[in-house]
Amino acid sequence: MPYMLHFFLFIAFPVVFSIVLTFHKWNIIAPMQYTGLANYIHLFNDAFFWKSLGNTLIFLAIHIPLQIIVALFLAEVLNQKIKFRGFFRAAFFLPVIVSGVVVTILWQQLYGFDTGLFNRILTSVGFSKIGWLTDPSWAMPSIAIMATWKNVGLYIILFLVGLQTVPAHYYEAAELEGANHMQKFFNITLPMINPTIFMVVILSTISGFSLFIEPYVMTGGGPLNSTLSAVLYIYKQGFFYYHMGYSATLGLFFALLILAVVAIQKKFIEKEQ
Amino acid sequence: MKRVIFYILLTLGALVFLYPFLWVVIASLSPENQIGNLTFIPTSISFDAYSQMISKIPIFRAFLNSIFVATCVTAGVLVFGSMVGYALSRLEFKGRNMIFYMIIFTMTLPFQITLIPQYILMVEFHWVDTYWALIVPYLMNALAIVMFRQYFKSLPQSLIDAARIDGCNDFQIIFKILWPNSISAIVTIGIITFMTSWNEVLWPLIVIREDKLMTMPQLVTLFAVGGRAESQLGVKLAAATMLALPIVLAYLFFQKYFIQSMASTGLKE
Repeated sequence: MPYMLHFFLFIAFPVVFSIVLTFHKWNIIAPMQYTGLANYIHLFNDAFFWKSLGNTLIFLAIHIPLQIIVALFLAEVLNQKIKFRGFFRAAFFLPVIVSGVVVTILWQQLYGFDTGLFNRILTSVGFSKIGWLTDPSWAMPSIAIMATWKNVGLYIILFLVGLQTVPAHYYEAAELEGANHMQKFFNITLPMINPTIFMVVILSTISGFSLFIEPYVMTGGGPLNSTLSAVLYIYKQGFFYYHMGYSATLGLFFALLILAVVAIQKKFIEKEQ
Repeated sequence: MKRVIFYILLTLGALVFLYPFLWVVIASLSPENQIGNLTFIPTSISFDAYSQMISKIPIFRAFLNSIFVATCVTAGVLVFGSMVGYALSRLEFKGRNMIFYMIIFTMTLPFQITLIPQYILMVEFHWVDTYWALIVPYLMNALAIVMFRQYFKSLPQSLIDAARIDGCNDFQIIFKILWPNSISAIVTIGIITFMTSWNEVLWPLIVIREDKLMTMPQLVTLFAVGGRAESQLGVKLAAATMLALPIVLAYLFFQKYFIQSMASTGLKE
């Protein structure tokens, strides 16, 4: 079974080795040095790590609700009897397939302080410019907006699948009772597609926790580390400073945290249903 | 009237997703002093940005690297994925369920946990700065295995029984009997794998340091982040266009399959 070999080499071994590494100090070149719990103690006192964790949570807190609202709205629109539905669906989906690097380079221009499209629109209607990527309190929300634009197409498709499972006669009955569009949406659609919403929450939590390339290209983690995401920090510790042991500790801790968050979400969902 | 307004708004919405890409292409084709303009048709076309970019980075080499890596990975995932999927769905052996649960378990593991140890493995194998590092760790994929297993289960057992009577061995059954009957699964898994491999950037950043081995997204990332673009916007945008072009072209032709494939991975979770 070649699978077993591959499994042990690339999954089982790394997991075990990563746990071993967390008790050591190692820069790859010099031999490993046993340091006991030093990495863990360092982790708990590492302000940068907690900052990066906080940043990642800020990202999720903006990204997930925004994504669900926009995706659900556009899916609802596309679910009407409209012409060229295939074209619109394909248009919304385009950013999903394009590399994050391209999207980031593109949005860097939109967010530009003096020449960026957004600030030009703002100044033309009389507002003052916003430092989308230069103001520490705006930088992470800016990245969250961009990520929503990039991923929303996928979630539109998932919601469309969900919407099509709602039986048509529910709507017909509601229409007979004189329900308007809003009432139908909140009283029929929303409760019926609850499972899809939960699925989208879990999927975007997992993908949101791996936020890396966007801040790496766009801001390098700045300004004032306001966009330093957890994966970016792990990458920097490992491959800028060559703190392999510490980087592995961060990775392990962060991975367990992700598993815990997703497990809690799943528990919560099971309870709801 | 209401319909008209509805379609106008919808079209505006679609433009929000399409125009930025068009703008990148136009801006990359404009002379440096006209880049800021928001137009649909460039007033004058210049290939300066492209020729400068080509002289600065080995973009064509990176393109070939990306094609090579993504093709190898996709082929590996399809071949091994269908073999393991077949074994798990149609062969009886000891520990079959345990292996299946192990595969499911690896799907839930966040990649952050294996990132550093995998890199060290590459160092120990002396695979850093080789194609091996980009390909071998990706040759097997839990999601592909699960999807193949699921699909093979839906095919009738009589198909396999008939092949066995004709004297086919397991490999012949997989590749001569099951594959021609699983085109949709193969297309789905193939597209996801190829696209993921093509767009992957964190892993290449870690294991490849040499310019001539870099994949396209990695090269463009380092070009955009490092000083080599020398803050010339056009050159950066030209590189971004080159990176997006192949996958967008593929998307234009196989749009339906792309959407179906991506949606099915989401639904599998």
